[in-house]
Amino acid sequence: MSRIWETPGGIHPPANKRQSLSLPIDYPELPERLVVPLDQHGGRPCRACVEVGQQVLKGELIGVVDGPLGAAVHAPSSGTVTAIEPRPAGHLSGRPARCIEIAIDGLERWTSRQRVADYCQMSAPQLVDRIAQSGIAGLGGGGFPTATKLTTSGHPPIATLIVNATECEPYVTADESLMRERADEIIQGIDILAHIHGNRARMVIGIEQSKPEALAALRTACAKSAVEIVEIPRKYPSGGERQLIYALTGKQLPSGEIPANIGVLCINVATVYAIKRAVIDGEPLISRVVTVTGGACATQRNYQALIGTPIKHLLRHSGVNNNRLNQLIMGGSISGFKLPSDEVPVVKTSYCILAPDIDEFAPAPPERACIRCGRCAEVCPASLLPQQLLWHAKAANHQQLEEHNLFDCIECGACSYVCPSHIPLVDYYRAGKVHLDAARQVKSNAAQARQRFEFHQLRLARLEREQSLRRAARRSAAVPSNAPRAPVARLSSADIIADAQNRAASKQPTVEQTLDKLQRNISMLQNRLELAEQRLVAASDDTLNKQNSLRAAVEGARQKLQRAEQRLTEQAHG
Amino acid sequence: MMSPASSLAHSGQSTDNIMHWVLLATLPGGLALTWQFGWGVPLNVLLCSLCALACEAMALRLRGRPVGFHLRDCSALVTAVFLGLALPPLVPWWLVAIACSCSIIIAKQLYGGLGNNPCNPAMVGYATVLLCFPEEMSRWLTPQALLPEDLYQPGLWQSIHLVIGGGDLIDGITGATPLEVLKHKTGLMIEQVYASEPVFYRASWAGAGWEWVNLGFLAGGLLLLRKGIFSWHAPLMMLVSLSLMALFYWDAGSSASHGSPLFHLFSGASMMGAFFILTDPVSSATSIRGKLIYGAMIGVLVFTIRSWGDYPDALAFAILLANFAAPTIDRYAAPRAFGHSAQRNGVPPKEDQ
Ligand code: SF4
Ligand code: SF4
Repeated sequence: MSRIWETPGGIHPPANKRQSLSLPIDYPELPERLVVPLDQHGGRPCRACVEVGQQVLKGELIGVVDGPLGAAVHAPSSGTVTAIEPRPAGHLSGRPARCIEIAIDGLERWTSRQRVADYCQMSAPQLVDRIAQSGIAGLGGGGFPTATKLTTSGHPPIATLIVNATECEPYVTADESLMRERADEIIQGIDILAHIHGNRARMVIGIEQSKPEALAALRTACAKSAVEIVEIPRKYPSGGERQLIYALTGKQLPSGEIPANIGVLCINVATVYAIKRAVIDGEPLISRVVTVTGGACATQRNYQALIGTPIKHLLRHSGVNNNRLNQLIMGGSISGFKLPSDEVPVVKTSYCILAPDIDEFAPAPPERACIRCGRCAEVCPASLLPQQLLWHAKAANHQQLEEHNLFDCIECGACSYVCPSHIPLVDYYRAGKVHLDAARQVKSNAAQARQRFEFHQLRLARLEREQSLRRAARRSAAVPSNAPRAPVARLSSADIIADAQNRAASKQPTVEQTLDKLQRNISMLQNRLELAEQRLVAASDDTLNKQNSLRAAVEGARQKLQRAEQRLTEQAHG
Repeated sequence: MMSPASSLAHSGQSTDNIMHWVLLATLPGGLALTWQFGWGVPLNVLLCSLCALACEAMALRLRGRPVGFHLRDCSALVTAVFLGLALPPLVPWWLVAIACSCSIIIAKQLYGGLGNNPCNPAMVGYATVLLCFPEEMSRWLTPQALLPEDLYQPGLWQSIHLVIGGGDLIDGITGATPLEVLKHKTGLMIEQVYASEPVFYRASWAGAGWEWVNLGFLAGGLLLLRKGIFSWHAPLMMLVSLSLMALFYWDAGSSASHGSPLFHLFSGASMMGAFFILTDPVSSATSIRGKLIYGAMIGVLVFTIRSWGDYPDALAFAILLANFAAPTIDRYAAPRAFGHSAQRNGVPPKEDQ
């Protein structure tokens, strides 16, 4: 029996999982249209590689990765592309995202699928490449491109391969049903991962004790393999990456670092399943298991839903009673967020759609003052002091927010859950992070401006010095004052104009100079872009929000770079 | 922009609920006080409550806050009940009013209302009147347990009369508290004091009357602990440090002794302080380690002031001093955040360049 380390904090909310587990995973009938967002993952949104009106086959590539970080997007079913435009997306930020709309022909015609009989013949880079081609991104909610996570370079060798099968969030059963029904394929997926990392890593599945059927299925499936199954006590959020790593290995992932730095790889169980489908069956990631649950649904169960299926379609399938519907939640009852509409599609990171009955959750009473009872600190899995964070977030005290480790908050919502004053603490922290990021940006901008200013001052001083030197030189060369002055030559107006033109020309940079400057500009911007992308990669385990802001930074840098390149070509041609 | 959802599922515990439980838990102690000291106790509580609600409502109105909403959190009532139980019974009404308005208006609302007050409001009110009206504040009644057979605490009407300001208390009905007696024992051995003073030789284990009062508050406190209203850290540490101090200076009951641990635990406001005042979350330390330090500090202070200070029972001062220290305690006692090698909460990082 492997040792389990106890993580700090945690809560025990009612699980509410049984409702959606009584029926097996269902394949809903095809919707008429699929709306496939180009941004479903960490990194830059994909670039559409199809056009409106084009016929696509199931599994055909429709969005290519645009930059070093991203996950390709494939057509979930065959049909015709009818639009490529921004649509409402099920994103925490509530911003619309560019989507490809496909009118489905219902024929489910596949592109050619290359099955692999024996992946052991393939090298690690080949396998990683295949996973990258299949557009796999963390299905546990993070959406970080899996291929990037699997790269074997740039960090110590992976000693522990952790499969996150905790699924600690109430109401969510997508992973659990997957484990119950497809345990064999999950174990195959783990074997593939082990193969990529040279079959040296300890392989552990971390699963909550509260899932006996799934446990039994996994046990049977891995009877002959070296995969260890470790049961961890039920506690929310046992499935947080840092929490799980600690529970299974006793290592605390240092703040701001990625698991690979301490030789750990942590992958969600649904992602492992997707890897198996991609490598062995040649299927890109075009569908996933989604839990549709909540008291407003007539049937609560899991669906194998195509990516891009409008949520409305699944809800109709589950017989949602709109008169009894409280609100639509993407995710579970603790860390989920309200959906702006039921038009948003299922994406790679949607694991649960919660449609609670009006009576299911008591309406939140109005927020009261924080009485500093400390309950929040007791349950915080990151050992933060949420009450202090709240205080400083309200006061927008950025320094204190940083010193109280706001960025270590995993936005699990345990603090809000227990707060007797019903303070929506997580919302304050999310907003605080956005502000803090903005403030950091302003700070670095200011630093740059200051640098520019100082540079400018230096240059002025240098010019001044040179001028005074020149003046002194001229004075010493000048004739004595009592000598008759040289007659001032009378210049014609034409001469004056020519002279002015000359001066202007000498001031204006030559084409070469301009090109040179633009080149320099571009290389600087490229550097900046690279840096931003590196930070984004490093932030893989961070919250969605930080990733978003980093993504925005990457995007900004990329746009600047594009503009500069454009100008360069204009210059070169003009 | 952001879609708040963090209030969807909830543990179901609310601040109002906590306050209701606290109010309920004062009952055993309050009843014991009433049993020993008569109608003065409920009169104090009643007066305090009325006055506190009026002050709170007025202050909220002036501050432009929704009055009904904030009154319903019962925090003013809790302060009032604590204060009413702490004041000596049958003090004049104006003293109660002064104490109460100090508590609510100055100590609480002027700082921004519930959650923002650095000091425990009830203790601020108590300390204010203790400093301003020492004579009234030191006039405690003789507990029922010590009254002669034919003497009773004043009846309801007489009590009201006394509070409103008519007439004086009958002689023999006021008397020194056990803490006062022990403080002024002037060179006697503990044993001699115990043999000569009825407040001790007629008591069961600590001081006549007071032992029951403390037992009552202990019972209420244990109820709250069981209910998870507060954690055990601060109260336990206070009781432990108080006992340890008493043990250390017990001196085998010699003339230099300051009383046994048992005596200190069950005298004055020990239990009420430990379970009802110390555990006021707003003004105490908030982290677990912070609470331990905070509790220990109060235990030491209480014993120090009792033994060598001018006030026989200075729980109020001990708590106020610790209140001032709480933010600093929190700053340095904060837990080490997960994934950090050193504790950093609120403590500026060391410059290492
Ligand atoms: S749980 Fe709520 S009321 Fe209690 S300290 Fe935390 S934020 Fe304040
Ligand atoms: S949301 Fe953040 S502060 Fe609150 S419990 Fe979770 S990690 Fe701690």
